Amino acid sequence: MSYVTLLVLATTSVLGATAGVLGCYCVLRGRALVGDVLAHAALPGICLAFLVVGRRDLLAFVVGAFLAALAAVSTMVLVRRYLRTKDDAILGIVLSVFFGLGIVLLSLIQKLPTGGAKAGLEVYLFGQAAAISRSDLHVILAVGILVGIAVLLLYKEILLVTFDPAFARVQGWPVSTIDLVLMSLVATVTIIGLPAVGVVLMAALLIIPPAAARFWTDRLGRMLLLAAIFGAGAGILGTASSAGWIPTLRSGPAGEPGLPTGPMIILSGTLFFVISLAFAPEKGLVPRAVRLLGLRLRTAREHLLRMLYEATEPIFPRVRPVSFQEIRGQLGWGWLFAQLLVLEASWRGWVRKENGDLTLLPAGWKEAARVVRAHRLWELYLVEQAGIAPDHVHRDADEMEHLLPPQYVAQLEEKLTERLPPEADRVPASPHG
Amino acid sequence: MDWEWFGLNERNLVSAVTIIGIAALTNVACAVIGCYLVLRRMSLLGDAIAHAVLPGLVVAFLLGGTLSLPVLFLGAVAVGVLTAALTQTLHRFGGVSEDASMGVVFTSLFALGVVLIKYHGPSIDLDPDCVLSGLLELADDNLVSLGGLEIPRGLVTVLPVLAINLAFIGIFWKELLVASFDPAFAASLGFRPILLHYVLMALVALTTVASFEQVGSILVIAMLVLPGATANLLADRLGPMLVLASLCAALAAPIGFVLALWWDVNIAGAMTLVVGVLYLLAACFGPEHGLLSRLIRQATLRVRILAEDILGILFRAEETVPGQPVAIESLRQQLAAGPSFWLALRWLVHRGWVRREGKQLWLLPAGLEHARGLIRSHRLWETFEVVELGRDAERVHDSAMRVEHFLSPSLQAEISATVGDVAKDPHGKGIPQTSLETSQAPRPSASEVAEG
Repeated sequence: MSYVTLLVLATTSVLGATAGVLGCYCVLRGRALVGDVLAHAALPGICLAFLVVGRRDLLAFVVGAFLAALAAVSTMVLVRRYLRTKDDAILGIVLSVFFGLGIVLLSLIQKLPTGGAKAGLEVYLFGQAAAISRSDLHVILAVGILVGIAVLLLYKEILLVTFDPAFARVQGWPVSTIDLVLMSLVATVTIIGLPAVGVVLMAALLIIPPAAARFWTDRLGRMLLLAAIFGAGAGILGTASSAGWIPTLRSGPAGEPGLPTGPMIILSGTLFFVISLAFAPEKGLVPRAVRLLGLRLRTAREHLLRMLYEATEPIFPRVRPVSFQEIRGQLGWGWLFAQLLVLEASWRGWVRKENGDLTLLPAGWKEAARVVRAHRLWELYLVEQAGIAPDHVHRDADEMEHLLPPQYVAQLEEKLTERLPPEADRVPASPHG
Repeated sequence: MDWEWFGLNERNLVSAVTIIGIAALTNVACAVIGCYLVLRRMSLLGDAIAHAVLPGLVVAFLLGGTLSLPVLFLGAVAVGVLTAALTQTLHRFGGVSEDASMGVVFTSLFALGVVLIKYHGPSIDLDPDCVLSGLLELADDNLVSLGGLEIPRGLVTVLPVLAINLAFIGIFWKELLVASFDPAFAASLGFRPILLHYVLMALVALTTVASFEQVGSILVIAMLVLPGATANLLADRLGPMLVLASLCAALAAPIGFVLALWWDVNIAGAMTLVVGVLYLLAACFGPEHGLLSRLIRQATLRVRILAEDILGILFRAEETVPGQPVAIESLRQQLAAGPSFWLALRWLVHRGWVRREGKQLWLLPAGLEHARGLIRSHRLWETFEVVELGRDAERVHDSAMRVEHFLSPSLQAEISATVGDVAKDPHGKGIPQTSLETSQAPRPSASEVAEG
């Protein structure tokens, strides 16, 4: 591992973590694209700084970019207050006009006789991670530590301002000042990050890690921590893959060595995002699909049991077998789905299948009685306590029977105790015959 | 005209006209579709799509070897719909907020595009820098042959897109109108707003791709937002808004071109600045929503109220001691007004309502007539508050001071009828008659009321 790679690795990971933390504030306040606008708006400031100073000077660039970002934010606030232009259009207007000014100034600089073409300002558009120097790392580290301290000190205030700004204002918190401090930090990080990763990718660093972190938790503290981890992880993974540590990505068919660092960092962030989107335990798509499928299977299983129970109920203790065709017809199932359900029920020892007929076994009878009891208790409850007509309650109970936890069933039994038969399994008669 | 001044001769005048023409048509194509984006609050979608199409372009390049128009357009529509669909999917099924999901989608796709370009190396002739600021400078050099005619490629790309956009808006005018302002109502009418949304997205993508090859993505993003937002400040109806947006977009082309030539800077950037200035002008000087006209309206109202308050004081003085002038200084102190006091005074003199003599002010007959209406308004409102709202007579003066300026004669007549046509206000002062009312509806005399 070369010294340069190590430097880039350290810089991008600190930058990613810092941007991730600050991005949480933007994303949660519905300002995800503000970073995009600030990154674009910084360009004219950088160009003006170059025109004033006359050479490439990091400090002058940062000051110029910061002033431009400040002008952009003030424009947005003023337009929002005094004109009828809506928020999305304001972002678009500020982004394109400031950037347009930047392009104009850039073309002016490139035609300057005094070595303007060598200004290297294009770096600010697309980023050039390879050019990261030791002093860049120091600046980014300093900003990162500053952000860390600010977030630790202002944690309670950030929490309040993020989730309920109106309440915070009523409580006497200086909401605008806190907002200003945080947005200034966002602008600072954006500007510091521009030469490393470029305009678009800087915006991405402020959006993607927080959006990924949001899937895993509902608490701000954990979200900040996770966004920092994802941001740093994206920096490390992106740098590693562009430095050729991952063999399959080492070079393209044209034999070009290495892939661009900035975009690889963003794609690594996207990878974290996609993994979070798919597998986060609470909000991830796969766990949610599994939960939904589980519920559907359980519903189907219980419908099967109830149907078999109700077929046998009038002639109990004798048992009436039900044909496979009848089950499919009554429950509206496809052949494969019905086969699977029947297979599962017989595997559990609930039913026996003989010549296409299904017979409820004692274990299945017990399970079915539980389901039918929940169904009818709910129906009874609706009829008795909610005053709904008996012929209207079946459909509602059809959904509720699967969702009633045992303690609710016990409560219903207690409430409706005089309507229940004295037998041990206590399955009431259907209220609609 | 002295074209030499811009360094133009007859030959490059043709290319100047070509460049301006292509830019104007492109701008209009963006502006008309952009109006709908602005109205639907999706202005940043242009920004998103302009970035997101990059991997689509690379794939089109790899498949076709060059950017042939059909492949380009098909790829654009596919990527545009994909961007919109991915954003919607993340928003709806992933629970990510709309702006964040848009940010995730377009930055990721853009990064993918850059990586693809680098991965395939020099075999792809795409320069991200040109994508950004466009190649308008070379628009007249890039010719394609069509039926034996040498036509600039820019025209061939942008004319069909402009035609498609205008045709779409013309055919689905009503549907787009309803779906933009009230999607739920549109759905209930059977207009299928979601399908319309995706068609609109496809058109945005088509326009974006067709345009940014010529003018660069930054001008496309600007043209999708700024003309629409500018027109929105000037017009309240969709038709005029579209026309104004097109005008504004078309105007930016020649002005921007001349400025770019003058300053020797990037043409697309200069055009962007011009629409920015047009927006600023509309914001300042727009007739209805402009800052200046709103300021003037406010100031006029202030001066009018102040002038009416002066008339009121003069009228009350006339009531107690008729035929006496009032000292201006005491008026000013009574009203505690700033410099606008003198404006109000000038206005009163100008209208011929008062006469100023040194430090004294005389109420003239015309002013007396106007003041009578005001005092009538004031005292009727006091009576109304006491009689109808049951408020304490001591506390109604302040609200009457505010309301007196806004009661029209017809409203005064209604209030008068409601409170029973009384002749005195709660403080025992007479409610003056306006000449208008006495002539139209003579008040019953006391004897008539007694007989009835």
